[in-house]
Amino acid sequence: MTNSIDNSPASSRNNSPMSHTEASTASSTTEKVALSLKKRHQKEKRFKSIGLFAVLFGFMLVVILIGDITSKALPAFHQHWVKLDVNYQSDWLSVDDSSTQQVLAKQLKSANYRKVLKNSVYQMFSTSTGKKLSRKEKRQLFKLFSTNAEFTIKDALIAAPNQLNKQVTVWVRLDDDVDSYLKEDFAVGEAGLRITKQQAMWLAQLATEARIESRFNVSFFTASDSREPELAGIKGALMGTLLTMFVTLLLSFPLGVAGALYLEEFAPKNRITDLIEININNLAAVPSIVFGLLGLAVIINLFGLPRSAPLVGGIVLTLMTLPTIIIASRAAIKAVPPSLREAALGLGASKMQVTFSHVLPQAMPGIITGAIIGIAQALGETAPLLMIGMVAFIVDVPTSIVDSSTVLPVQIFLWADSPERAFLAKTSAAILVLLTLLLVINVTATVLRSKFEKK
Amino acid sequence: MNTIDIKQNEPSQVELNQVELTQTVGNIYADDAKMSIRNANVHYGDKQAIHNVSLDLAKNQVTALIGPSGCGKSTFLRCLNRMNDTIDICRVTGQLMLDGEDIYAKELDPVLLRARVGMVFQKPNPFPKSIYDNVAYGARIHGLTNNKTELDEIVETSLQKAGLFNEVKDRLKDPGTGLSGGQQQRLCIARTIAVSPEVILMDEPASALDPIATAIIEELIDELKEKYTIAIVTHSMQQAARVSQHTAYFHMGKLVEMGKTEDIFTRPSHKLTENYITGRFG
Repeated sequence: MTNSIDNSPASSRNNSPMSHTEASTASSTTEKVALSLKKRHQKEKRFKSIGLFAVLFGFMLVVILIGDITSKALPAFHQHWVKLDVNYQSDWLSVDDSSTQQVLAKQLKSANYRKVLKNSVYQMFSTSTGKKLSRKEKRQLFKLFSTNAEFTIKDALIAAPNQLNKQVTVWVRLDDDVDSYLKEDFAVGEAGLRITKQQAMWLAQLATEARIESRFNVSFFTASDSREPELAGIKGALMGTLLTMFVTLLLSFPLGVAGALYLEEFAPKNRITDLIEININNLAAVPSIVFGLLGLAVIINLFGLPRSAPLVGGIVLTLMTLPTIIIASRAAIKAVPPSLREAALGLGASKMQVTFSHVLPQAMPGIITGAIIGIAQALGETAPLLMIGMVAFIVDVPTSIVDSSTVLPVQIFLWADSPERAFLAKTSAAILVLLTLLLVINVTATVLRSKFEKK
Repeated sequence: MNTIDIKQNEPSQVELNQVELTQTVGNIYADDAKMSIRNANVHYGDKQAIHNVSLDLAKNQVTALIGPSGCGKSTFLRCLNRMNDTIDICRVTGQLMLDGEDIYAKELDPVLLRARVGMVFQKPNPFPKSIYDNVAYGARIHGLTNNKTELDEIVETSLQKAGLFNEVKDRLKDPGTGLSGGQQQRLCIARTIAVSPEVILMDEPASALDPIATAIIEELIDELKEKYTIAIVTHSMQQAARVSQHTAYFHMGKLVEMGKTEDIFTRPSHKLTENYITGRFG
């Protein structure tokens, strides 16, 4: 033993790093380590590059996804308007211009604006070309404008009744097919686009007269769903989503946190608690459409709550979100150091005081993270909402949790299913709105979490 | 050479187990007992952690509980304010009295008991709140005062008694977790004092601290005994000798010997005690 110890410094000094083969008691360990070290470093490098590749790949997918959706969505954010010379002739409107102002105001509300629009448009084009339009041409010409155009000119006259019997210029929306044609510049007559050569000529004429203008699509954010793509907006679905999420958060957060606190802090540890725990974990894995069926069978049919309402949607999504929140909250509560509980207990705090003034604030960041994951899941959920009728075509913007409404993902699904070309861009735009909403929720959660962590 | 010597003299574990532990030697009684424990047994499930321990905690004096790791001294200490209630499988039997009142009586609320018997833990565990809130917390939850100035006073006197006030008076709003280890432990003591308990239990309060902080804590314990009855668990025999008036030596869940500190450390009656305090094992 003593021999080797005496020898080892000398032998290691003699050993050049090259002579691996020479067996020496002291230096062999170093050499062996050096040998394996190279391998270990290589392994580390390999793992690092794989990890980096995975991250970059994921990032690239996100960029492609967002880029693709954004580029497809952009056309939805503007639309084309046309300037018309509208002739508010009282005989076209079939109102009596000699009657008193009050009677006239009443008559103007139910006057025949379609005739005004038609005749004004026919007049515009027949004078510019100098020949009378055929019946077929008239029909094609009228199709250039949105069905909403007659209401636009109605609103313009009601806003300024003194324009009666005068010719004024009014901006109206173009039809969605025309809008798509102007945005994407397709060859006329291409399959799927319903623009005739004649219509294309008229549009060219309008363009040269500087009567066509592209404007920011305000109605996309202020209107609800519509059969006409140029009028369809996201507001109804957005409000529906917000109301549904409001109900979901209001129900699932307190219930989830209370459940987690009870199970972690108060419940006796026995078989029943174990059984409940297993069932909660299983519940998190149940396909969401099953919750939709439950909502239909129990909440709507048994309890008689209104169909298609955010209230019911919120309850169904709560069932889906609850297990996620409970599991995350329990993990967060478990992670609170026991020394903190002991400190408070040792001072004579009751169980309730320990739980609410120490455990809960400490666990809050984790609980919020769990809640956000749950809410984000619920935000993108479509299947269970289909079962409870939130897939209906709803034109009104919901204002309360019992109004009929739809939600963003369902709206996306509906638009993606529509044949009109203009809905393609609307679908992408709606996805962008959904993603933005998700981002807003995440940022809010991050801010809240850091606020709790600072405390 | 020395180590070999000790090895030869050290009693093996078998030998130790053979030592009869039927009765505690020394004197377990105090003239003026604040707490009296008679025949306390503690079980964790099927395992018995404390066997028939009886002793008195003398009023306004410091009682040190010493013994090798796992001997049950911490478990015993935690019985004195029912901290073991939080452990489901823990079962305590015997008579544990505070001022002649059974602290395990059904009608006694452990919350009230813990307000009278405070506890300082091994690792400093201030709440993640401000220094002020840490000290004020106990007074607040027990509703000792609703008055802001009174609360301020409680906080100040408690911090002063814990010898921390001068160091932190300008930063009472700073988080308690930002203090040094020794300051944190004094903050925990201040927090305990703020509730005005009658007994303070200390579970190795200086084991995580450096010698200077330890010295401050020991000095503090000496001052605190004027007002409070103190029981302290410690691994440091020097510390036990310095701060305590009575010492109880625990071994494998049994109370081997108890008596005046100077007697235990100069003339231990039991072989096990002698072996432990001379550093032969433990």
